Amino acid sequence: MVLDANWAVKWLTLCAQAMAEHRGWLIELDRAIGDSDHGENMDRGFQAVLDKLREVPPDSPGAALKLTAMTLMSKVGGAAGPLYGTAFLRAAAALGDTPEVEPAAFAEALAAARDGIVARGKAEPGDKTMVDAWAPAAEAALAAAGSGTGTLLEVLVAAAEAAEAGAAATDPMVARKGRASYLGERSAGHRDPGAASSALILRAAVGAAA
Amino acid sequence: MTVTLVVVSHSEKIADGAAELAAQMAPDVSIVAAGGTPDGRIGTSLERVMAALEQAAGGDGVVILTDLGSAVMTAESALEFAGEPEGVLLADAPVVEGLVAAAVAAQGGADVHAVKRAAEAVYGSAAVVPPSSSLVAVGEGSVTGAGPEFTGDFELINAAGMHARPAAKIAGGLSALDAQVTVNGLDGTSMVALMTLAAGKGSVLHVEAWGHDAERAVNYVGGLVQAGFGEP
Repeated sequence: MVLDANWAVKWLTLCAQAMAEHRGWLIELDRAIGDSDHGENMDRGFQAVLDKLREVPPDSPGAALKLTAMTLMSKVGGAAGPLYGTAFLRAAAALGDTPEVEPAAFAEALAAARDGIVARGKAEPGDKTMVDAWAPAAEAALAAAGSGTGTLLEVLVAAAEAAEAGAAATDPMVARKGRASYLGERSAGHRDPGAASSALILRAAVGAAA
Repeated sequence: MTVTLVVVSHSEKIADGAAELAAQMAPDVSIVAAGGTPDGRIGTSLERVMAALEQAAGGDGVVILTDLGSAVMTAESALEFAGEPEGVLLADAPVVEGLVAAAVAAQGGADVHAVKRAAEAVYGSAAVVPPSSSLVAVGEGSVTGAGPEFTGDFELINAAGMHARPAAKIAGGLSALDAQVTVNGLDGTSMVALMTLAAGKGSVLHVEAWGHDAERAVNYVGGLVQAGFGEP
């Protein structure tokens, strides 16, 4: 298994499936502390990504992620659009037009995605946002990639597990960014929807390599 | 040709309405609205913002005004996609007041940086701090202003006194000059500040100016006031 354009298309296809499948759950999470449109927005956004991928088949993982960035930013509408758009855009830039991506380069791309989300949303770890999934995921991926010794599956699994743990860790947090922050203490006891959808995306990356 | 403005809002109606309102004060300024999503929902769309930026390009620069949170992120993302084009600036200002102030400044011939400043000046309509070059140190640690380079006092003769249109004329013209100007202690390039003066007919505007165009600035305000802003 290599990280090529086919893998990227499969990843994004699995992302779309995950958003469709968990649409109701994401809506529930967002209803508790946001404006309950996250599930609908992510589902619509990734369905549009699938249409684009069929229209313009990408010839590299970078091209696939750039197409995804553009589409999510145009179709998602809420804050998640520019945040995920920036994440995929920065990751695409990190990968360039390499047709087959090394595990370490993919870990670097995840770190670039995290940096993009932090730069765009101005959130930090602990603010109860998608940063709480992406920051540990990027760190875990970089650690797993080591100095080029980590296998592809090790890197992807490390990122997915760290993102899932990071998302779960948002449950007791009090939101300091985004709409949930208006709720103050009442935001505690609910999982951040953006962290939850981020974990779904990184879990889909594992599925695409299996 | 003037600076072009782009207004990004979650709502198509807000973007269109703000553009319509500002255009009334600035008939020669091109204002491009990018509100809502292409399928008619509330939200901001990269596609729409990028199309607006494309439409706005080619003039004397672009200043972007945005409303709530993710509109800022969408505008920033559009700039990132476009490779951070030169002369395209994002103003941190309330969308309606900022857009009107920016439009007025652009109408007056201000450059892209001055238009951005005019929009952002809406937040702080407090007194302008004189430039440090006019401050001289006296004695031990005490600092005193050396005073403005030019001043003028002008009595309002038009029946309506200071209202939106005169304020727009003053602020717009001053924005285009290389001078720092206060009118009764408030920022002369801020239309909103000038309107808060609530100066009626017979009130006197005290103008102080510093900088290269200080004399022109005082004469500019004086000329407008003495002509009654072209009003009865």
